[in-house]
Amino acid sequence: MAIFLNADSKVIVQGMTGSEGMKHTTRMLASGTDIVGGVNPRKAGTTVDFPDGKQVPVYGTVAEAMKETGANVSVVFVPPAFAKSAVVEAIDAGMPLIVVITEGIAVKDSAEFYNYAKDKGTSRIIGPNCPGIISPDQSNAGIIPADIAGPGPIGLVSKSGTLTYQMMYELRDFGFTTAVGIGGDPVIGTTHIDCLEAFEADPDTKAIVMIGEIGGDAEERAAAYIKEHVTKPVVGYVAGFTAPEGKTMGHAGAIVSGSSGTAAAKKEALEAAGVKVGKTPSETAALMREIIEKL
Amino acid sequence: MFEKHGVPVLAGQVAETPQEARAAAEAVGKNSGGVTVVKAQVKTGGRGKAGGVKVAKSAEEAEQLAGQILGMDIKGHTVHRVMIAQGAQIDEEYYFSILLDRANRTYLAMCSKEGGMEIEQLAVERPEALARIAVDPNVGIDQAKADEIVAAAGFDADTAPKVAEVLKKLWDVYREEDATLVEVNPLVKTKDGSVVALDGKVTLDDNASFRQADHAALVDERAEDPLEAKAKAMDLNYVKLDGNVGIIGNGAGLVMSTLDVVAYAGEDFTGGKAKPANFLDIGGGASAEVMANGLDVILGDEQVKAVFVNVFGGITACDAVANGIVGALKSLGDAASKPLVVRLDGNNVVEGRQILADFAHPLVTVEETMDGAARKAAELAAK
Repeated sequence: MAIFLNADSKVIVQGMTGSEGMKHTTRMLASGTDIVGGVNPRKAGTTVDFPDGKQVPVYGTVAEAMKETGANVSVVFVPPAFAKSAVVEAIDAGMPLIVVITEGIAVKDSAEFYNYAKDKGTSRIIGPNCPGIISPDQSNAGIIPADIAGPGPIGLVSKSGTLTYQMMYELRDFGFTTAVGIGGDPVIGTTHIDCLEAFEADPDTKAIVMIGEIGGDAEERAAAYIKEHVTKPVVGYVAGFTAPEGKTMGHAGAIVSGSSGTAAAKKEALEAAGVKVGKTPSETAALMREIIEKL
Repeated sequence: MFEKHGVPVLAGQVAETPQEARAAAEAVGKNSGGVTVVKAQVKTGGRGKAGGVKVAKSAEEAEQLAGQILGMDIKGHTVHRVMIAQGAQIDEEYYFSILLDRANRTYLAMCSKEGGMEIEQLAVERPEALARIAVDPNVGIDQAKADEIVAAAGFDADTAPKVAEVLKKLWDVYREEDATLVEVNPLVKTKDGSVVALDGKVTLDDNASFRQADHAALVDERAEDPLEAKAKAMDLNYVKLDGNVGIIGNGAGLVMSTLDVVAYAGEDFTGGKAKPANFLDIGGGASAEVMANGLDVILGDEQVKAVFVNVFGGITACDAVANGIVGALKSLGDAASKPLVVRLDGNNVVEGRQILADFAHPLVTVEETMDGAARKAAELAAK
């Protein structure tokens, strides 16, 4: 089992024929993902050759790709200026899972497509500005390197791409059901809470690692959710204790405003909910190690 | 920006010297009996409290007050410009803002009949006096939403439609300019009954710059740190801090984490003498050139005593990072004088470490783990 993405997932790529799309489609294919199509109205009807003799057909629209292939996941690599219309097209087609990798989408565009999807009620969006989602040895939708860690009992949800990789690396001897990079933008489609809920319901996930960072109050809300609803052990990490007030730290959403959004407040909230919080990524991994070894 | 979208404002002119302020006051004060308001133009709130907003009864006084306010420091921002605004006969002061509500992923409109004061204080002390209404990003503040907001705020029947009219225009500012905050404090009713935005603050979304070409002109380059400006010109994500360990990494989360780990190592092993000097994210898929540019910026920081390069190669290849370090050190030659601690893991790590081993530069130390490298860098910086 896994959450949101599994061996039956049929994946299309919006923006496949661009340089990022080509590079990462190659990697996704190499990790065994069932990529059934690409979307580009100007190249509809053609096929693209990938290494190992794989050929991927290009469709003119998401709706057409879904009809022809039964695709149920779309990975979006479309550049920021056009990302909103690509996501809206996927929502209109009823695509169940839309993974938006694109970095630098205007927050207004994200707010509009998120609320549009919410009103329609048929699509889950992961991202934007995220590394995507991987259920090791089953499917990989996005840019998370598939060779860091294999399948195992841990569920991982993180705002940060490289911290996701770091944590998967630290815990590679145990492995993961699913790792979800939810992204560090101010508006994201899938939250820590959504993933916690799904991991709690997934019988194969035995313990959960949650990685947060400064900005907003998603970690505080996740802490409240854990207290009420999560019975599985959760280990947390929060980045940005040394971040100064009022400065955006790389991710558009990573900013301490006045006294809100600080790492200290997030750590405190998580600990109050019974979550063990590591001071560093390696200490966090060590906390998880203890938990898994006792299971 | 308000004027462009039809939001009623009082006449005003920007001045950079006391003499310009005097001339501006003579022009804009004509219709207000010579009375003007001199306001510091800085990109932060709380200007009034800091003494950056003063009323002048004459052009002479405006000149004098501008002389006091120009050059003032408000929360770390030096005042380079003042706005000379027409004085107004104020009857009542209100508050309005619209901002992104991250938790609900909608926008939030906040409105109160009690403006002028610090809104944070009002929200805590008298939350019932502050109406909070969710705004759907795909609908915005249309007539119905504007009516809902003013009704919730409790305006009287005479004032409500006038305020609602202004709110719709402020929504245009928010949407058309790709803002993440539009705040008007105070929004005032003047003695003659008109509703005017007296003072405001707008936060713009950097990610929208591709369709907001004129926003680039709003950047006050004098207010920027020179190293931050240099990094920005190279398209690097850099924030200057005041420690002595320069930090380069890939990915915002990992770099934030690196700063924390260095700060802890500084406390644990150097008695607090080593602290992070900066945040620098070279991003995903960084090339050797980007790595070299990053080192160039960090080595240009005189406070930096040691540098910690922390890369987990997901998309970024460790050999490209290693080649960037080698290239930067070669081009610096004898000018390179600061020790570098490097931790590489992930994609092509074996090749990356081999490149650094072959280069065998006396200033470069390769460490296996992030915690070990942080300690080493902290100790070198504290020497």
